[in-house]
Amino acid sequence: MKSVKKHSQVLRLAITSLTFLFLFTFKLSAQGDVKAGKSLFNANCAACHKLDKKLVGPALGKISERRELEWLKAWIKDNNALRASGDADAIAIYEEYKGSPMTAFPQLSDADIVNIVSYLDADPVKKAGAPVIAAANEVEEETSTEWISYLVLLIIVGIVVWIFMKSDNTFLKIVATIFLLFNLAYFGFTALLSIGVDEGYQPVQPIAFSHRIHAGDNKIDCQYCHSSAKNSKSSGIPSVNVCMNCHKNISEVAEETATAEHSKAFYDGEIQKLYKAAGWNSETLEYTGETEPIKWTRIHNLPDFAYYNHAQHVTVGGIKCQKCHGPVEEMEELYQYSPLTMGWCIDCHKETKVKMEGNGYYKNIHEDLSKKYGVDKVTVAQMGGKECGKCHY
Amino acid sequence: MKNNIFKIVALLVVSVVLTSCSDKTKRQVQFMPDMYVSVAYEPYGENTAFANGMDSQSPVEGTIARGQVPYDYPNTNEGYEAAKKELKSPLSVHEVNSARGKSLYGIYCVVCHGKKGDGQGDLVKREKFLGIPNYKDRDITEGSIYHVIMHGRNLMGSHASQLTGEERWQIVKHVQTLRNDLLK
Repeated sequence: MKSVKKHSQVLRLAITSLTFLFLFTFKLSAQGDVKAGKSLFNANCAACHKLDKKLVGPALGKISERRELEWLKAWIKDNNALRASGDADAIAIYEEYKGSPMTAFPQLSDADIVNIVSYLDADPVKKAGAPVIAAANEVEEETSTEWISYLVLLIIVGIVVWIFMKSDNTFLKIVATIFLLFNLAYFGFTALLSIGVDEGYQPVQPIAFSHRIHAGDNKIDCQYCHSSAKNSKSSGIPSVNVCMNCHKNISEVAEETATAEHSKAFYDGEIQKLYKAAGWNSETLEYTGETEPIKWTRIHNLPDFAYYNHAQHVTVGGIKCQKCHGPVEEMEELYQYSPLTMGWCIDCHKETKVKMEGNGYYKNIHEDLSKKYGVDKVTVAQMGGKECGKCHY
Repeated sequence: MKNNIFKIVALLVVSVVLTSCSDKTKRQVQFMPDMYVSVAYEPYGENTAFANGMDSQSPVEGTIARGQVPYDYPNTNEGYEAAKKELKSPLSVHEVNSARGKSLYGIYCVVCHGKKGDGQGDLVKREKFLGIPNYKDRDITEGSIYHVIMHGRNLMGSHASQLTGEERWQIVKHVQTLRNDLLK
């Protein structure tokens, strides 16, 4: 038997340390830039993948525990070719997602993919929730002034009663009667004028939909959801599929969305109500088919004898929604901003000048009208916007 | 005299009560409600005549709304590829309205895809939606853009219910313009 000459102590040490060094450097090279990986992931992958949840594609957090890096590189660059080469894993995942193919990313380099994978492996950094501190003191002050006005009212009533019951002074009685008559006129007319005027009407809706979050913070255009305003009489209550265009992805609100009034849990609960109405299972990401209508309470409602058309005002007139509906983008809960009375309509028709440029079809009639009224710009009222039959027929 | 005073006071009390009880969640009293409330069915109302209890009904299957062209490419990968290859815009040069395309794009697409089509809309910047592609990174044709607006793709949902066929084509034209600008 041949005896193998052992390495010397020094050499052995050198070899071991070199091996370690190699291992270590290898580990270093596989360790990509987490930050670069995050921005790459957000730009390319996040449309279909989340870290902790299934979306269009599978959850990808800690993916290197489940897949080899080389496999991932091949899959990401051209998953079609990988499937064609007969890779069992690739075909299995394709089948699992019912044959919806992933977009190929040939533009990503090996280093890019390493960066993305190291972002996926890094622990997701939780943002420290910044609790919103808002002062809720203002509400209390209002009630105190209300008490004062009740007290004053009570004293006045007391004096009047005393005058009629106990006093023999005729002059005082006449003054008190006149005072009562004035009050009757004031309160009576206020009561009569408020009949049928729902300014400030703010019913409780089945889902606490916040226009502040959607139209204000996220700057979604009014017509994205109220899409029939451009073509039809009614501005349209969005059907639930429009909600689900975004809320398939957004199943909970961000920490920053919560306010002193409503917590994050409250808003998340409201999104769950939407899922129930849409019949959306947020675990399996599938529609169950069990839908139910959301019974919104209508706020803006003209009496049946008045005709109003949204398309005419929004598309033709180019009027901003806020002109009539007020600062909706600031409203947590929607209320009726305008009185919607006839006088209010007519006032606007009298003031609004018609945009006549670039409207060749009506060029002649516009010129005739401005000559007739001796003005540069004709108002809506001058064009017939004050005629009874325009809105009542 | 005393009788009159009582009448005045009674009226006063009634009107004060009427003005003071203003519950914001309730509508005001209506004068002649039979002239205010529609006898005809209003949009989104309840209706016992239909099985699902709603006024608004989906179009009868197999019918086509006036002015609309049916869309036959199915919501599948094959449908997407076919539309990408074959589907062409029916709008003639004169019917393309770039201002309208731009304003519609501004309403329906900008929040995610961004003004320039670079995938940097407000929702992306606020990290509500991520991974919106830049148009220049995607191999898209007018047919595939129309198909995606119609049926949606991946996380983007269908926008067919919010837009008419003609409006969709105007948007397609605008997306192509943006893409060409980005490719420059």
